[in-house]
Amino acid sequence: MTARTVSLPSTAPTAVAAVGADMFATAVANQAVPVERVEWKPPMDGTADDLATVAADPLRRDANALAVSRMLDVQAMLVGVAPASELLGLEKGQFLHAGPPIEWARASGPLRGALMGAAAFEGLVEDPEDAEALFASGANVSLEPCHHRSAVGPMAGVVSPSMWMFVLEDPATGRRTYCSLNEGLGKVLRYGAYGPEVLERLRWMRDVLGPLLGEAVSAAGPVDATAILGQMLQMGDEAHNRNRAGTLMLLRDIAPSMVRSSRSSEEVAEAFAFMGGNDHFFLNVAMPACKLALDAARDVPGSTMVVAMARNGTDFGIQVSGTGDQWFTGPAQLADGLFLGDYGPDDANPDIGDSAITETAGIGGFAMAAAPAIVRFVGGTVPDALATSRRMREITIGENNRWPIPVLDFAGAATGIDVTSVCRTGILPQINTGMAGKVAGVGQVGAGLVTPPASIFPAALAELARRTRARG
Amino acid sequence: MTIEHVEIRPGAYADSVALLQVSRDVAATPGVAAAQVAMATELNVEVLQGMGFTLPATSTNDMVVALRLDDESALAAALAAVDAALAAARKGSPGGEVTEPPRTTASALRRAGGDLALVSVPGASALVEAMDALDAGVDVMIFSDNVPVEQELAMKRLARDRGLLVMGPDCGTAVVGGVGLGFANTVTPGQVGIVAASGTGCQQVLALLDAAGVGVAAALGVGGRDLSAAIGGISTRTALDRLDADPSVGHVVVVSKPPAAEVAAAVEKYAADLGTPVRFALLGAGQPDLTTQTEALLGDLGVAVPEWPVWGTPAAPAPDGGTALRGLFVGGTLCDEAMLLAAAELGGIRSNIPLSPELALDASLVADGHVMIDFGDDGLTRGRAHPMIDPTLRLEHLAKVAADPDTAVILMDVVLGHGAQDDPAAELAPAIAAARAVREVPVVVACVGTSTDPQGLTRQAEALAAAGAEVHLSNAAATRRAIALVNGAAR
Repeated sequence: MTARTVSLPSTAPTAVAAVGADMFATAVANQAVPVERVEWKPPMDGTADDLATVAADPLRRDANALAVSRMLDVQAMLVGVAPASELLGLEKGQFLHAGPPIEWARASGPLRGALMGAAAFEGLVEDPEDAEALFASGANVSLEPCHHRSAVGPMAGVVSPSMWMFVLEDPATGRRTYCSLNEGLGKVLRYGAYGPEVLERLRWMRDVLGPLLGEAVSAAGPVDATAILGQMLQMGDEAHNRNRAGTLMLLRDIAPSMVRSSRSSEEVAEAFAFMGGNDHFFLNVAMPACKLALDAARDVPGSTMVVAMARNGTDFGIQVSGTGDQWFTGPAQLADGLFLGDYGPDDANPDIGDSAITETAGIGGFAMAAAPAIVRFVGGTVPDALATSRRMREITIGENNRWPIPVLDFAGAATGIDVTSVCRTGILPQINTGMAGKVAGVGQVGAGLVTPPASIFPAALAELARRTRARG
Repeated sequence: MTIEHVEIRPGAYADSVALLQVSRDVAATPGVAAAQVAMATELNVEVLQGMGFTLPATSTNDMVVALRLDDESALAAALAAVDAALAAARKGSPGGEVTEPPRTTASALRRAGGDLALVSVPGASALVEAMDALDAGVDVMIFSDNVPVEQELAMKRLARDRGLLVMGPDCGTAVVGGVGLGFANTVTPGQVGIVAASGTGCQQVLALLDAAGVGVAAALGVGGRDLSAAIGGISTRTALDRLDADPSVGHVVVVSKPPAAEVAAAVEKYAADLGTPVRFALLGAGQPDLTTQTEALLGDLGVAVPEWPVWGTPAAPAPDGGTALRGLFVGGTLCDEAMLLAAAELGGIRSNIPLSPELALDASLVADGHVMIDFGDDGLTRGRAHPMIDPTLRLEHLAKVAADPDTAVILMDVVLGHGAQDDPAAELAPAIAAARAVREVPVVVACVGTSTDPQGLTRQAEALAAAGAEVHLSNAAATRRAIALVNGAAR
């Protein structure tokens, strides 16, 4: 926001922005003054009064500027890898999941599948199928969103005490966020699969990969995840559905320490092969890095900025800076995209996962223009991708100059979704996503594009307006 | 056998002016008996029902396409005409790289810079767009009417705190550095600065100054309610400061509809401390009219007062009598001014913007005795275009009052300049001639404009005069003539 010298009224305007009846814009253009016309449409139904209340809130402008600057000031450093029991105090029988709060009765197939697998992994049951009764009874088990413990989880996002997690830290404040390790593609726990091979992989990650990464990250020193994200966008990743460059950069940074670790060369080679063969490995670093930045923007009174978007497979929820920890939820949508093998739309579960934290931060679907290699996989064309990344600028407060997008002339990623802009334009955040099978145990069935349910933005706006009025 | 076709298009949107043009284009299609393409606002739904259409449930964000056709075979051509007219109403570069236009004022200012925003969206959404401008640190002009007064106060307070100017709402006239914004006349540069809490009042002063050969540095419209008790003259003070700081401004005149007395007094006191002399032309009972005040300003400037132009044959009283003065205005301040002058001579005037509440008209806008209607008032523009753009409603009333044997004289205004109809006389002159063919009722018109306005003042005035009207540049002079005609004087 640059302060501007107020011009003298006998001086003609240099350029004019015009919104509304076109005749007024035309009249100015006819007098040889450049005019930028706004394509205005009525706001979402029933939001006009709340929009006016929030727009006139004297706190709003500075609150949003503060929220965005706090977010952009965060440097997300990967500082460690350790078990969830140690990091989060998670105890046997306690499980985290993606998205807003949900109970077993309303949990979707993939979330149930992942919980059943995790219960078996933790030894609460012998056979994952036996866990259904356990969760249905609710005895000695509890469910809690990852977001409530400074964590994020991809897809089902199930975290249990024995799982190892990445630790991201903002050196300026010491704040931390967490995410589990990525298991690869196909039949994996996060997509709701829980077969023997899934459990076997989880045990290897617990016994070999986790400790090895923990040792290596400690020895290599903090890895600058924010900087890696910036480079990824130059290298064809959008850091949600494509993390190939990011994964390789992480490997580059910690490979020497992995080789020097106490683990056998056979185990190190296995770890290299696993990480190198899994293009999504870095996603589980990108997500907590985004959350770390967005958490810095939380709890600014009057700010209309979205600080989290998350889905549990049943509900899609958002949290907003100016409304604390309150979730605004609506039904999760089905993604539109491409399917693996013989799977089709009937096999897909509604949208699931905390990974929309990447879009919340301005990458993923917002930075699709940076990742032309995957636009078809997520159901679009290159011109669509460019248009999407540009369109997202209509609903964001600022841009992130540390995350420039080359093909958009190095414009920074659109950053800080503004609830009011969404309600005004009807433009919904674009999310790149994977699709889980709706039946527990199936795993991934495809990937595509999805948006939040429109209703949650007017709901958040109404609460912002209520708080504005209460402040007087 | 006529058929009706009504369809709802959810999510489609075009502004009321564009849809007016679309409706006209479609109505002109062969085989189409009537066509109305409109957003389903409360008022438009009433209009459609009044036209005899049966509508399904709609939301205000739906577009309604309603057609009455001579027969079924005309439908395809009519729908094609709707789509063609809607496409023509939409902008967009043909071919080339597709860059989606900005969707908010904030986005437009981010993309293109600029130092002024113009807002003319429906009143319920005006504040939100205006706040984008204030957040970006630029002044804003709001043409929208029906903006709630508490919203006006909120944005003006905020603008004041940030050193910015909110022009409007409910005063669609400004001239900044020679550029006319909204309804504005083309003027030559000069030393007069105008602060206007009245759009058409400002235009009257611009027109008279132009006729006297005096130029204008800037005219800042501050909104018709700015000098009300609720707003307290916030924008008026900012505008005075701006003009005072501008070395090319030698004299300032403040024009307003009847203000709140205590606000006017406070602003006059404020103005007295400025370096630039400020004259106040504030309408009210017993106060001088705008023409008189402009003449006083000319005196301040040392410029001789010219004889204000009149066109046409002097009007004669109606041969069949009638005792009532009937005023049909598009300019609220011009209507106010005419009522103040006429009430002093004739007594109570019924109006939709009455001088006192007991004189208020009901929704029919019809009453016995003297009646003056402001067709530009918010109550008559909700969901439709301003009468300076869409004359339909006023033309209907013209025919009605002309045929009324009680009508002694019809007083009207025609306001020219940017933003107004391209050629208002093209529709008004034939309507006056038609009315006078039925009954030789005298028609007196105040034609407010300048010699360099896009419509051409002389051409417009002469066309109206040729239709039988007596045409004045001064609204006060026109009103005095109308009063004299009610009293039976032939001039």
